[in-house]
Amino acid sequence: MKILINQKEMATDAAHLAALAEELGLPATGVAAAVAGKMVPRTAWADTPLYEGCPVTIIRAACGG
Amino acid sequence: MTPLSLGGVEFSSRLFLGTGKFNSNTVMRQALEASGTEMVTVAMKRVEPGDSEDDLLVHVQSPNIRLLPNTSGVRDAEEAVFAAQLSREAFGTSWLKLEIHPDPRYLLPDSVETLRATEQLVKLGFTVLPYCQADPTLCKHLEEAGAAAVMPLGAPIGTNLGLRTRDFLQIIIEQAGVPVVVDAGIGAPSHAAEAMEMGAAACLVNTAVAVAGDPVEMARAFREAVIAGRRAFEAGLPAAASATLEAEASSPLTAFLS
Repeated sequence: MKILINQKEMATDAAHLAALAEELGLPATGVAAAVAGKMVPRTAWADTPLYEGCPVTIIRAACGG
Repeated sequence: MTPLSLGGVEFSSRLFLGTGKFNSNTVMRQALEASGTEMVTVAMKRVEPGDSEDDLLVHVQSPNIRLLPNTSGVRDAEEAVFAAQLSREAFGTSWLKLEIHPDPRYLLPDSVETLRATEQLVKLGFTVLPYCQADPTLCKHLEEAGAAAVMPLGAPIGTNLGLRTRDFLQIIIEQAGVPVVVDAGIGAPSHAAEAMEMGAAACLVNTAVAVAGDPVEMARAFREAVIAGRRAFEAGLPAAASATLEAEASSPLTAFLS
């Protein structure tokens, strides 16, 4: 299926957010994700299913002042 | 020198440092160490598929350093609250440098949205340090809304112009019931020292250190300037002559040679 990661289309077989994180190789800390504009705690990623066209926001630490 | 008490935490260093614009993570880490800072700002960015970048936090985290994530990139209060929730999850801290600057040219903070966001974020349990205009009335409103500190600008972000808002900073400091952290525009250690002499609680510096010829040495210079400025403030600066340039003798003027 195709989902939207940070507004960019991506094809994935990941059934839930935890599987997507693994597919993307996200680090164990310093990242956060939201589905459809709602933050999902990391502890709930495995219980958060993805669907066709699902809008996912994923952020990580960056340098800044 | 008295420690800084902010958000229920004591800081022995009154210099906060940003992590933007350094040439390398190694230089950044050395500069952070040299500065003696105990509070460091970080930003958030969107993850791109295939992004294999080094983990920034590895270079920042230290037992002595508290992270202060910022909300740079948001345009209004609603986006700021969303970013804050992501930040709390990603960094494991409720501390937040709230910055809402929708205009990319001057990066000036939006006062209305900043106040709205502060009200909401305080209710959600965040320790909010808003980057704001050097507006004494606004700073009082932010304080009343529950901000843990106010962070008025000296000049636009990254300009190194120093304390262009000097007179208003003075009024803010005089009226504030929370720590005043001068943020943005500080381009030289002398600017930081001046802010501290005026009674600012702390300074937040980034560009002036990060883009210096030798960022590590510049970090040391800022450390010393902030300490010197604070010491001078606590020692009680003598008043400057206000309306006249006529000298006032500090030595006896008796004409003992004639």
